[in-house]
Amino acid sequence: MIPVHYYLILSAVMFITGVVGVLTRRNAIIIFMCIELMLNSVNLTFVAFSSYLGNEAGQMFVFFVMAVAAAEAAVGLAIVIALFRNKQTVNINEVNILKW
Amino acid sequence: MELTILFYVFAALTIIPAFVVVFSRSLIYAAFSLLFTFLGVAGLYVLLSADFIAVAQIMVYIGGIMILLVFGVMLTKQATDVEISTGIMKTLPALIVVGFALGTLIMVLTGASWTQIGTIPQIEGTALELGELLMTTFVLPFEVAGILLLVAVMGAALIARKPKEVQS
Repeated sequence: MIPVHYYLILSAVMFITGVVGVLTRRNAIIIFMCIELMLNSVNLTFVAFSSYLGNEAGQMFVFFVMAVAAAEAAVGLAIVIALFRNKQTVNINEVNILKW
Repeated sequence: MELTILFYVFAALTIIPAFVVVFSRSLIYAAFSLLFTFLGVAGLYVLLSADFIAVAQIMVYIGGIMILLVFGVMLTKQATDVEISTGIMKTLPALIVVGFALGTLIMVLTGASWTQIGTIPQIEGTALELGELLMTTFVLPFEVAGILLLVAVMGAALIARKPKEVQS
């Protein structure tokens, strides 16, 4: 069987890729995609540990993470669309009306 | 041996589109390469003998979130589709910080001595066990997740609709 740290390193690389995207990109939708990447990498870690522990509880957590991710995507894209209607942009550098 | 080759195939299918998502200038390329990342993760779930989660991944992420993202891309199309890149002054510190984080993670993960405690029995899949867990141990989180989804869908519809004109 494949050693468990292969999966863990893969998910670490995926998570870091998502973090790089959130930190460097300025488009709100790309930032959403990077958040989904990070959530997926955490799910992969959960499933890997669950499988190598022989316990299904980790897969249960993945199930709930998916539910929350779906809710987050729906609400987040609604916010992005409302934002686009008001300011005609999704560049987060131009969305600074709450900045002090 | 075949499992290792399959792992590398799915890992490449996961990681390479992930880089495309982060570094591509085109929004629609990023959206469609995210689809391949989700597919690769679903394949890895199958390798880990988590069949129910793999199917849920395909249905929720590719069937739901992916479509939402593509709609978001299309609804927020700008006249200047090319994104003005962030300056090197912001990218460089970000890359340094995440480089340190990645190095630490890989050092810890390869240094630890992992042992396999058990395996999930692979005869009839995990759907039966997951269903039993969902209805016994995790029944309260299950109901709360249902309410969360209901509230999220209502809130999303409320936020995204056109603001009503005030009757005067």
